[in-house]
Amino acid sequence: MADLTESTSADSRTPILELDGIGVWLSGREILHDVKFEVRPGELVGLIGSNGAGKTTIFRVILGLLTPSSGRVLIVGGPRPRRNRSVGYVPQKIALDPDMPLRSRDLVALGLDGHKLGVSLPSRRRREMVDEMLHAVDAMPFANARVGSLSGGEQQRVMIAHALISRPKLLLLDEPLANLDLRSEQEVVELLAEIAKEHGVAVLISAHDLNPVLPVVDRVVYVAHGHVASGTTDEVVTTDVLSQLYGHNVDVIRLHGRILVVAGPSPRADPALMEQLGRLSNPVDDTVAV
Amino acid sequence: MFAGFMINTWIVASIVAIVAGVVGFFVVLRGSSFAAHAIPNASFAGAAGANLVGASSIGGLLVFAVAGALGIALLSKRGRRDVATALAIVLMLALGALFLSFSTEYAAETYSLLFGEVLGVSSSELAPTVVLALLAVAAVATFWRLLLLTSVMPELAEARGVHIYRVELVFLLIVALVTSLSVPVVGALLMFSLMIGPPAAARSFTTNPFVAVVLAVSLALTTVWIAIAVSYMTTWPIGFFVGVLGAAFFLTGRAFAAWRGNRAHPRAARHSQVVAA
Repeated sequence: MADLTESTSADSRTPILELDGIGVWLSGREILHDVKFEVRPGELVGLIGSNGAGKTTIFRVILGLLTPSSGRVLIVGGPRPRRNRSVGYVPQKIALDPDMPLRSRDLVALGLDGHKLGVSLPSRRRREMVDEMLHAVDAMPFANARVGSLSGGEQQRVMIAHALISRPKLLLLDEPLANLDLRSEQEVVELLAEIAKEHGVAVLISAHDLNPVLPVVDRVVYVAHGHVASGTTDEVVTTDVLSQLYGHNVDVIRLHGRILVVAGPSPRADPALMEQLGRLSNPVDDTVAV
Repeated sequence: MFAGFMINTWIVASIVAIVAGVVGFFVVLRGSSFAAHAIPNASFAGAAGANLVGASSIGGLLVFAVAGALGIALLSKRGRRDVATALAIVLMLALGALFLSFSTEYAAETYSLLFGEVLGVSSSELAPTVVLALLAVAAVATFWRLLLLTSVMPELAEARGVHIYRVELVFLLIVALVTSLSVPVVGALLMFSLMIGPPAAARSFTTNPFVAVVLAVSLALTTVWIAIAVSYMTTWPIGFFVGVLGAAFFLTGRAFAAWRGNRAHPRAARHSQVVAA
């Protein structure tokens, strides 16, 4: 697997992605509140939260598709230009027409120059770049297959190759494990860990379940009701931190290296907890989706 | 059938087929069949209006096709694309009905505009047809990669800084160009069958997008050549044959895809043999 990044900056501690106090209001509702976290080179960070928690909104802010009401996004220490080649993106659930005459290699090549005018003439160099990337994600066996007819895991590999071919410093993946079977899920997770560790790419992936990514993430950003808590898994995924984040009594149970986050008894049944929650900024919400 | 007065028909119909094949590939890929139906309908009103005031019918076609394309693009920016497209059709057909009601040559004119006219191509229409065709093909070549990316993964294209709305607008204008040069030959109602049938059939035979375009053009040429010949011999409308052949190619393509799909799983076949053994 070839070096996937351009020469990394001398100070590898400079965050590739930095969100600072991001707030988003949409039609009078607060969607995100003071979202703050960073991703450094070679780090794999999991953005964990249930559907509707604000994960996709955070991605839209990072991609520049949504202007935040407050706060700022820094990419490699600077503001994000409109066409930023240093960010690779794999969107959530790509519906590809199964009859579409487009091979895996065509889709990967579009990652190279799909945003440009003109026709791309076939060249040896171009073909080598595409082949190299298909190799890197282990997609050579279906390089010439109709991309719409591939399985979810195979399509995910091709999409990752598409995102990586422009040699980004930051790779964003929105729910890459959704709709994958257990084996493909594990293969994609291992591939992402390899991309981060061996090639110094900063990887941010969102997921509604923490467990599949637990073995590979360096840190997690837990999202609930537009608020986030970030840190290592041990720091964030605790009964105290998550109860505070959800504004509800939450139990974190560790079982054979897996973590279960379950709603605890209603705080109304526990006057002491009720009093404690009353001091928190979050409103008490009876429904805790995990 | 190859007499002097038919030469223009053969030339113009071939140009129409080439352009319809190229643009039709993207019409099918983008799921824009409804827009490809609406824009020729809009242009029909333009031709009717042009006849009424004695202007060139290809000019009237062009103005109304472009107006239809812009209308669909602007309306669908704020609402659902299918509803916007339907409203554009309805508005333009209403205008067409009005213009026709003022016209004295009602029946014959309407018939040839709606269903096409083999003998209707005059040498004065040859030059504008060639210019519009070259423009349309050049536009597709220029926007090839952007059209491909925005058709396949619009949300991703947007995240990469592509203005997907502008690309859609350009695409609808290309469809308007193709419409203007095609309607006089194959007619407003059946114009889009040439943009849908051959490219949709081509998808079943290849996985390579370039090959699919070449194949779509070949099938479109075959369609119009057969249609002209048979229409000349039977005096049945050319649009009928274009429509029927388009559907026939599409069904053949689906049958081929199904046959290939059954063959494409040798592992499954081998497995069943093992089980049988």
